[in-house]
Amino acid sequence: MQELLQSLAPWLDDNAIFTASTLAQYWDGFVNTVQLVFISLLLGLFLAVPLAIGRASPIRVISRMIWLFTWVFRGTPLLIQLYIAYYGLAFIPGVQGSIVWPLIKDPLYPALLAFTLNTAAYTTEIFYGAIKAMPRGELEAARAYGMSPMLAYRRIILPSALRRALPAYGNEVIFMLHASAIASVVTIADLTGVAYNIYSRYYAPFSAFIFVALCYMVLSFAIQGIFRLLEKRMLAHLKPR
Amino acid sequence: MVIIQRRPGSPGGPFKRETMMKRLLTVSLLGAAIAAGSAQARDYDTVRIGVDIPYVPMEYRTPSGELAGFDIELGNALCEQAELKCNWVEQGWDGIIPGLMSRKFDAIMSSMTINDERRQQVLFSDPYLVPPSAWFAPASTDLAGVDSNDLKDRSIGVQRGTVQDNYVTDEFGDVANIQRYASADDVAVDMETGRLDIAFLDYPTGQAALLEGGEYKTLGEMMTEPKEYFGDGFGMAFRQRDEALAEKFNEALATLKSNGTYDEIHDKYFNEDGTNAPQPDQE
Repeated sequence: MQELLQSLAPWLDDNAIFTASTLAQYWDGFVNTVQLVFISLLLGLFLAVPLAIGRASPIRVISRMIWLFTWVFRGTPLLIQLYIAYYGLAFIPGVQGSIVWPLIKDPLYPALLAFTLNTAAYTTEIFYGAIKAMPRGELEAARAYGMSPMLAYRRIILPSALRRALPAYGNEVIFMLHASAIASVVTIADLTGVAYNIYSRYYAPFSAFIFVALCYMVLSFAIQGIFRLLEKRMLAHLKPR
Repeated sequence: MVIIQRRPGSPGGPFKRETMMKRLLTVSLLGAAIAAGSAQARDYDTVRIGVDIPYVPMEYRTPSGELAGFDIELGNALCEQAELKCNWVEQGWDGIIPGLMSRKFDAIMSSMTINDERRQQVLFSDPYLVPPSAWFAPASTDLAGVDSNDLKDRSIGVQRGTVQDNYVTDEFGDVANIQRYASADDVAVDMETGRLDIAFLDYPTGQAALLEGGEYKTLGEMMTEPKEYFGDGFGMAFRQRDEALAEKFNEALATLKSNGTYDEIHDKYFNEDGTNAPQPDQE
């Protein structure tokens, strides 16, 4: 990336705002945003699958507790969750100097925590909806074959439900990308944070923010493309013939 | 001026009303003409200066009720130099630019920081005082100083988009970890959590946010140089069209700076490092 920017430098000479150095900042912001969103989505996804199964569980206590978790995280703004994770955790008595302090001290981990739990809550509800919408016949067929509930989940319910949840999950991924724009309030230099720095440095709101909007659009299109491919492959059996 | 009096009992018919309208029209046209005339710049011999009191040590009242402060003394000296008669008009901060626009006074000299948003509305003089920026660290800090060796791999807190942010980014962006916050209060909170090793703020802000409790101290020297970073300071504000008046004050300021009067007043209110000097006549 550095070499690419260096080779671009001569063409950028006349430009006050988009110099090699600001483009390098945008690139760092791009990397930070992608990293933050990708890791929290991945962790959120791994959390959401067992949580969705628990949410659909016939045992009421488990189902209710998971419902409470999703209700709290879907019922409050992500920004507030981020503030609590970043500023709130740091003021728990005894946390400073403890073994988790290096993690809380770095703004990345509190942000990852808030983002992960938030996306896990939404994804849990998406998957739970898909599990609940399983065609009854498929479940009965599984039972008729003598499958244990575990086996039925593994072979029938999860593969079918996760596929059908794919379009809704694709939306959640894009929402998460856009929601990550608040990361700069806890000093993470993500795309939006970098755009804000450059805006306040050069007093050029249009250039700084339109460029960053384009960056987000490119990312959104890429995500959409990936999900379209996935849907084509995994939902092929549901397409009209 | 004819005063139209409607006699009691007489109906105010359409004719009467018409003359009334004509007169009203004439009067309003006249008013517009006066307003248009006054929209041009004029020569001032008396200048009314708006000031928000108190803001120690820039402007305040002594126990005996007299105006005092750096702005007041410098303003009076500037007026004397420019051979203008000056009156001070008290005005709350929120209404100080509207007060200038609505001609309650002709200039503002009230520790107003020159910035681009205000430049859209008012005309600024040259800066007459640049408040220093300062480094703030916990009282127990292990930092020895504030050069790039000391700050290597340390976390520096700044307020996003301020002159301090620009300076730190350019000077220490490669060696230190710069954390940018929306407000000085956020910086103060993260100083308390221990996420930040040091903060770089303008001195009055940092003094208010961090120095009161005694848990923090300033480190290194107060900074007002280099000018390319810290150039925008406090300026007098005028209406956009009063360029001649602003020019008079700029010339007077240049004269006072060269003949030593400015330094004399400055040293009365500020220590050499830019901190506030104790005032004997202040409560």
